[in-house]
Amino acid sequence: MATKKIMYINRATPHGGITAKESLDVVLISAAFDQDVALAFIDDGVYQLLKGQQPEKSGSRNVAKSFAALGDYDVRKVYVEQESLAERGLSEADLVDLRHENPEDDYRDTASIRLISREKLARLFSRQDVLFNF
Amino acid sequence: MQFAILIKSDPNQSPAVRSALMFTRAALEAGHSIQRVFFYQGAVTTASDMLSPPQNEERVGELWSELAAKYELELVVCIAAAQRRGVWSEAEAGRLGYKAHNLRADYSISGLGQLIEASIESDRLVSFG
Repeated sequence: MATKKIMYINRATPHGGITAKESLDVVLISAAFDQDVALAFIDDGVYQLLKGQQPEKSGSRNVAKSFAALGDYDVRKVYVEQESLAERGLSEADLVDLRHENPEDDYRDTASIRLISREKLARLFSRQDVLFNF
Repeated sequence: MQFAILIKSDPNQSPAVRSALMFTRAALEAGHSIQRVFFYQGAVTTASDMLSPPQNEERVGELWSELAAKYELELVVCIAAAQRRGVWSEAEAGRLGYKAHNLRADYSISGLGQLIEASIESDRLVSFG
């Protein structure tokens, strides 16, 4: 089977519905297909990565916690749009620290989240084979 | 060109299911092929045969059935999304002990792997909703 560049664009708030959960389900399944997978968080989607969430108190699922497993599924590229963070008064320090073992660097423990400008992210979108928009 | 179609939104909340139908029909009439149509998230309710909108309203699930019959389309409904929203095949309902089932005959229930496979094997994934 061919290898494609697949990007998941996450735009939904974490607890406004089950979109974040249903997006993550697709991401985890796609990892089994040995594809070049990346995630992008833009607009209100950046709230999905906020650390210190306690959604269990309102019966909602903690997706930020589920994202910690992404590295184990070989999902190593997690892009967060800088402008979306800034527009919401957030910075990288407010986000969960996702890690993976980098096969290109002797499996060194490496941060998965990369901040990216809106302009560069647009160019990155255009280089993908498949875009999923949740 | 071979397209894979992904539909995500509830037909009562968004025109996505109807737009995807028109796109798919137009693509087929123009000589393109459709690898698979995958219903996910709220769009899975399209596959229920127990929906009864008022008589003067269109039944988009039936329109998809007609198009699928004409062109031998594969209409696949995500099992996890369907079970969450009460869309059941006879086999799955029986397995979990439910008395009723409501999956339209022209649709099949399967996993998200079918969506990923379609996105990899087709030339383009076109997403609605």
